[in-house]
Amino acid sequence: MSEPLFSKKNIKLLSDPINDSNPITVQVLGICSALAVTAQLKPSIVMAISVTAVLALANVIVSLLRNTIPNRIRIIVQLVVIAALVILVDQILKAYVYDVSKQLSVFVGLIITNCIIMGRLEAFALGNRPWQSFLDGIGNAAGYGVILIIVGFFRELLGSGSLLGYKIIPESWYIANGGFYENNGLMVLSPMALIVVGVIIWVQRSKNRKLIEN
Amino acid sequence: MENLINIFVKSIFIENMVFAYFFGMCSYLAVSKKVSTAAGLGIAVIFVLGITVPVNYLLEKFVLNEGALVWLGEDFANVDLSFLRFIMFIAIIASMVQLVEMIVEKFAPVLYNQLGIFLPLIAVNCAILGGSLFLQQKAFINVGEATVYGIGSGVGWFLAIVGIAAIREKIEYSNVPAPLRGLGITFIVTGLMGLAFMGFGGIKL
Repeated sequence: MSEPLFSKKNIKLLSDPINDSNPITVQVLGICSALAVTAQLKPSIVMAISVTAVLALANVIVSLLRNTIPNRIRIIVQLVVIAALVILVDQILKAYVYDVSKQLSVFVGLIITNCIIMGRLEAFALGNRPWQSFLDGIGNAAGYGVILIIVGFFRELLGSGSLLGYKIIPESWYIANGGFYENNGLMVLSPMALIVVGVIIWVQRSKNRKLIEN
Repeated sequence: MENLINIFVKSIFIENMVFAYFFGMCSYLAVSKKVSTAAGLGIAVIFVLGITVPVNYLLEKFVLNEGALVWLGEDFANVDLSFLRFIMFIAIIASMVQLVEMIVEKFAPVLYNQLGIFLPLIAVNCAILGGSLFLQQKAFINVGEATVYGIGSGVGWFLAIVGIAAIREKIEYSNVPAPLRGLGITFIVTGLMGLAFMGFGGIKL
């Protein structure tokens, strides 16, 4: 119990998932939502924040309950905890950022079935103390958020020439105004999200060679 | 009848669960190493979607929507339970998956062992919950349409996972750059398949 709040081990819980055990590119969890909401940067950021909130809280709650949940019905218990938290997030989004909530549509509900959350509850929260579980939740959500924001950044910049809705590429560059530039409409289409993630995995694994599969 | 065929074709090709919405990606990536296992999971998904979508449709129509409880009596006309949607849907799905798991264990033990952890995980397969959540946007007029939509989406998912499994079996023999091996190339191939499926996009039904 005398372990300091931010011991080396705890920091590792926080930093590992960002690179070495990234939920998306290494553990392959939570792909569905990661890909579908990233056509623009703003929904990606909102999604990352929502998942952070749900994952950290669900981890803490399940970790507090871990000694009282019977093993046989743990999946149902976890789903109920997650679903309740997601309903909260959904209502908050509807109240404060209605336009983004409309844009995310079913994907807020799909946080329930986001495998990151289920996966971390099963793999970590069921066997660890609340504080560690909280850090693990934040770390994994950060790893997820980083990928989401990178994908959203490139897709919005290359696909619509803007970031967060603000124009980045000067108007005079466009062919329509006598320039040389044209937005790559392909980037807005959903299959490009997969290819962008594929390229991110490629870059990450060529830097971090111990992740390479045979 | 024509209407039902339209919904069926549309849900398989044009609004394919995997390529248009990325639903069910986790199991799609994890269980697609062998065609036979992939086909088993695909059939289980068709089955679960075919049951849960119509059940959730009825649940939404007669319990959850605003004023849906009016059949209980006039007093309930103003009750709006739609905020309970997520929890109710997931409860239905979890129990249906339990049922499918018992059936598969009894009648196809080999498949049961192959699917392993991924059978219970169908409960958290986004394709299933996604199918039910899309009901709200689609506004089907009767249970028949909802059932056809559920089965069609399942067939679309089945085609996608069997397709990628077949490609991955062949890719084993190709010389892929080391950092791209495994997950990376699967992502890119899926993206290319998605682009191909977008060719169906212009079809008006």
